[in-house]
Amino acid sequence: MDELIFFINRVLISGTVLGSIYALGAIGVTLIFGILRFAHFAHGDMMTMGAFIAFLLAAALAAMGITFPLPMAFVVLPVAMVITAILALGIDKGFYAPLRARGAKPVTLLIASIGVTLMIQGLVRLIFGSGTRQMYVPGESKDIFRIDMSWAGGSRPINITEPQLIMFVVTAIIVIALHFFLTRSRLGKAMRAMADNADLAQVSGINTALVVRVTWVIAGALACVAGTMLALDVALMPDLAFNIVLPIFAAAIVGGLGHAYGAIVGGFLIAFAETLAVFNWTAVLRPLNNILPEGMELPANLSLVPTEYKLTVAFVILVITLLMRPTGIFKGAST
Amino acid sequence: MSAASNSVTKAWDNPVRRGILLFVAMFFIVLAVGIIQGTASILLILTQATAFALIALGLNIQWGYGGLFNFAIMGFLMVGGASTVFLSYPVNMAFWESDGPMMLGRVLAAFAVAVALVLLARRVDRIGITGKWRTAVVALAWFVGYIIYRTQIDPAAAYIESTAGFVGGLGLHPVLGWAFGGLVSAVIAFYIGKISLGLRTDYLAIATIGISEILRALIKNMDWLTRGTMTVSPMPWPTPLPQQLQAAGFSIPDSFVYARVMFLVLSVVILIGAFFLVQRAYGGPWGRMMRAIRDNHIAAGSMGKDVTGRQLELFIFGSILMGIGGAMLATFTQIFDPSGYQPINHTFMVWVMVIVGGAGNNWGVVLGAFLIYIVWIISDPLAQMIFLNLSVITEQLGWGAIPEIDSRALQMRVFVLGVVITIALRYAPKGLIPETVKSS
Amino acid sequence: MPLIELKHVVGGYGGAPILNGVDIAIEKSDIGVIVGPNGAGKSTTLKAIFGLLKVTGGTIDFGGENIANSLPDKLVPKGLSFVPQEKNVFTSMTVEENLEMGAFTRRDDYSATMAWVYEMFPVLAEKRRQPAGELSGGQRQMVAMGRALMSKPSLLMLDEPSAGLSPRYVIEIFETIQRVNKEGVGILMVEQNARQALAFATKGFVLAQGQNRFTGTGPELIADPEVAKSFLGG
Ligand SMILES: Nc1ncnc2c1ncn2[C@@H]1O[C@H](COP(=O)(O)OP(=O)(O)OP(=O)(O)O)[C@@H](O)[C@H]1O
Ligand SMILES: [Mg+2]
Repeated sequence: MDELIFFINRVLISGTVLGSIYALGAIGVTLIFGILRFAHFAHGDMMTMGAFIAFLLAAALAAMGITFPLPMAFVVLPVAMVITAILALGIDKGFYAPLRARGAKPVTLLIASIGVTLMIQGLVRLIFGSGTRQMYVPGESKDIFRIDMSWAGGSRPINITEPQLIMFVVTAIIVIALHFFLTRSRLGKAMRAMADNADLAQVSGINTALVVRVTWVIAGALACVAGTMLALDVALMPDLAFNIVLPIFAAAIVGGLGHAYGAIVGGFLIAFAETLAVFNWTAVLRPLNNILPEGMELPANLSLVPTEYKLTVAFVILVITLLMRPTGIFKGAST
Repeated sequence: MSAASNSVTKAWDNPVRRGILLFVAMFFIVLAVGIIQGTASILLILTQATAFALIALGLNIQWGYGGLFNFAIMGFLMVGGASTVFLSYPVNMAFWESDGPMMLGRVLAAFAVAVALVLLARRVDRIGITGKWRTAVVALAWFVGYIIYRTQIDPAAAYIESTAGFVGGLGLHPVLGWAFGGLVSAVIAFYIGKISLGLRTDYLAIATIGISEILRALIKNMDWLTRGTMTVSPMPWPTPLPQQLQAAGFSIPDSFVYARVMFLVLSVVILIGAFFLVQRAYGGPWGRMMRAIRDNHIAAGSMGKDVTGRQLELFIFGSILMGIGGAMLATFTQIFDPSGYQPINHTFMVWVMVIVGGAGNNWGVVLGAFLIYIVWIISDPLAQMIFLNLSVITEQLGWGAIPEIDSRALQMRVFVLGVVITIALRYAPKGLIPETVKSS
Repeated sequence: MPLIELKHVVGGYGGAPILNGVDIAIEKSDIGVIVGPNGAGKSTTLKAIFGLLKVTGGTIDFGGENIANSLPDKLVPKGLSFVPQEKNVFTSMTVEENLEMGAFTRRDDYSATMAWVYEMFPVLAEKRRQPAGELSGGQRQMVAMGRALMSKPSLLMLDEPSAGLSPRYVIEIFETIQRVNKEGVGILMVEQNARQALAFATKGFVLAQGQNRFTGTGPELIADPEVAKSFLGG
């Protein structure tokens, strides 16, 4: 039983946390790709930017002596999302829109997004320094819920932290809201139409400039959520999300670039693959030692991939997808 | 007055005159930096800039000539660095006298077995196992091969790390180490290219950044081979070190100047050699074919040209230059520190060099490399100056001094780099010295 | 006053002009058919009206104003609709969603228009929940036309609506077009099935090298021996 609890703590919960973050990031990447047809490389840094904005707001509220029963970063999240969305619009207007107006190729926009990456990273470090910070305001602590499992014969509890719990709820709400937006609202449908066939969308009289703006607003807001959650789960640092740009893109590509639902599935897929690959199976299989013959105990560490190489997992899945099904696993399905 | 500005405009429109003008301007910038920062300092900048020019030339072959996106530059620089460590670092007797070599032999054998297993599995269609079943067998072979390899490498790595620290080098001449860096890069580039060159540009970008990160993870964590985060130093130089010159009677400041001059001369010779080789190849029929492929992928393919094969060539050639450049950098700084490699400093900066200089034009790219490297280096002291002055103002205003000026100023260059590439894309998308399109 | 009037329109894709002075006038009751050899600039003419390329000379009068170089999101609310020749449905969206996209510029209740479109194309009503990408070529063409009609246009422009359809469907599409016209929508279309289309055209335009060669009613053009010889294949 304890082995199962360990598995739940280490794989199920961690995987879901990571999956939520990847999924929210990948949705942004995939929407931008669907509408604007370029790989927005600076997306990770938009996440970082969003996290720092939430951090600033939380610190400001805390400094005013306001307290909440929830982590402050979550309380300020709606405001931070709005600010990040506005900044995302500004980034598009300042750096990408002029190139699009010139008819630049997607790869030029990709390179431009490196410029944006550098500027955001430079600015963040310039303002906040390159150190690591805690996302919790002073006096706050990570509450941990311990679900007692003794009724099932377990000696250890299932651990889940407060931010993790909130994270699941927030992600679920966002995914559902996005679903309704894309399938029910006029603008959401227009977004899907433009991702499907931009020329025809224009011919239909769809205000494509408006759709582009909506895309940046959604991508920016979701990036802010993902970045803040990541910072709450780990810590806040300038290269917070740059390091997960690869799994995020892998998630978007595995799900099929341009497909919002694919990005969600891709995010969880990559996250669980990573978590399972670095999971130490000995911890779960230890009871086998009792039945294994003498001298054949399981090694102390039996993980498929050493933790240092976690990144390779996303990469391997990415490459396999690109080689076998470059259009993603959902090609043919209608989204 | 207007006549003068007129002739400048004219010179600006002519790519050759424009190039000369820009190189002259850069010469004065170098001179100015030299006067302000001192001779030894500018020599250091120039030597590293030369290595980066070689690397940028490599990217120009890939992107400028071939239209191949490569975000794995950092990975190749690390490979070059690690390779030259292996060849030119002094021999580590503690390793050779231990059981290490024996164990590594077994690792090699396990690796060979794993490879053989996979190769065999790929041919099971000969005995009637095809389609999905074949894929399953191959996947199983990969898995079993991986396990076999892991059973040997894990204990061997642990043993070497605990007894001898790491494998050490072979004690050969550093220039051989550089060549080896190019060779290893070529081999790696061959496999990367095989897998990924067929991909669309944006996929290629993501795939190569993944490769880069994996190479970094490997080199950083294979302590038994590279010493990982414990770093390897001091690396020997191909030319006399300052300390050796001091022993020969030079004063300390002079020793640095002369030692760096010698290193710089060697680097420049290599750069010039590479430059003319590339330039000549590109001017000839090979280059014409490459341009045809880049500008009209499909037509060239339908003309019966082996597009993927040619692209693989470009990718390998470019990567060789990157490997050599990376090896030179590691040798020059005398330390190989896997944690010191960052995508910003080692991948994106090279991209900025190529885009700003002029993709497709070797002169432009070399100019871009020197210019950007100088901007990169002097952004730091410049920003410090600005911050210090600002700090005085904020103190007078009673807000207190700006904290951590040093580390913040260092980050200024990242921002500047971003601004530079943004401006370049917006106002000079073809670069300072654009590619000259020959209509032949 | 004609519904739309092109006077000596010149335009192209940035290089040398493709249209060198095209004149077209259509009344609300008209079915106008543009025919001509490949590369004559027929599609380009429609795109020029719809603001999809740069018009550098001449005027395009529609609803009393010069609409040259206006963009589609301004033209659609004014009563102009366009069915491109290829890729004219959103393949990943359902039939109904395709129609809704046609009504994007409308902020009023468009359910009556949708009912009208379904009545015109009963087969679409059956497949309203199916992705348009799963339909046959003829049905897709109906979706495309339906989408364009959702904005309640006064002028419907179609680029080769019969291209790639089986003869049975060609007849059906042409009949539908005439029905739409009877319900008060002016038609301007490009056709390769020139004889068949000109037979019911009230205005016919023969275009070659970006210029009008012959203009008349459809039957007049068919009867003109010179047109028949050079442009209708004898
Ligand atoms: N997007 C474009 N950019 C540049 N030139 C174009 C473009 N589209 C068409 N052309 C050129 O414009 C000319 C007219 O093309 P257009 O499509 O209008 O011909 P068409 O009369 O419709 O012929 P078809 O019967 O083949 O459809 C052709 O020479 C074509 O090459
Ligand atoms: Mg046409």
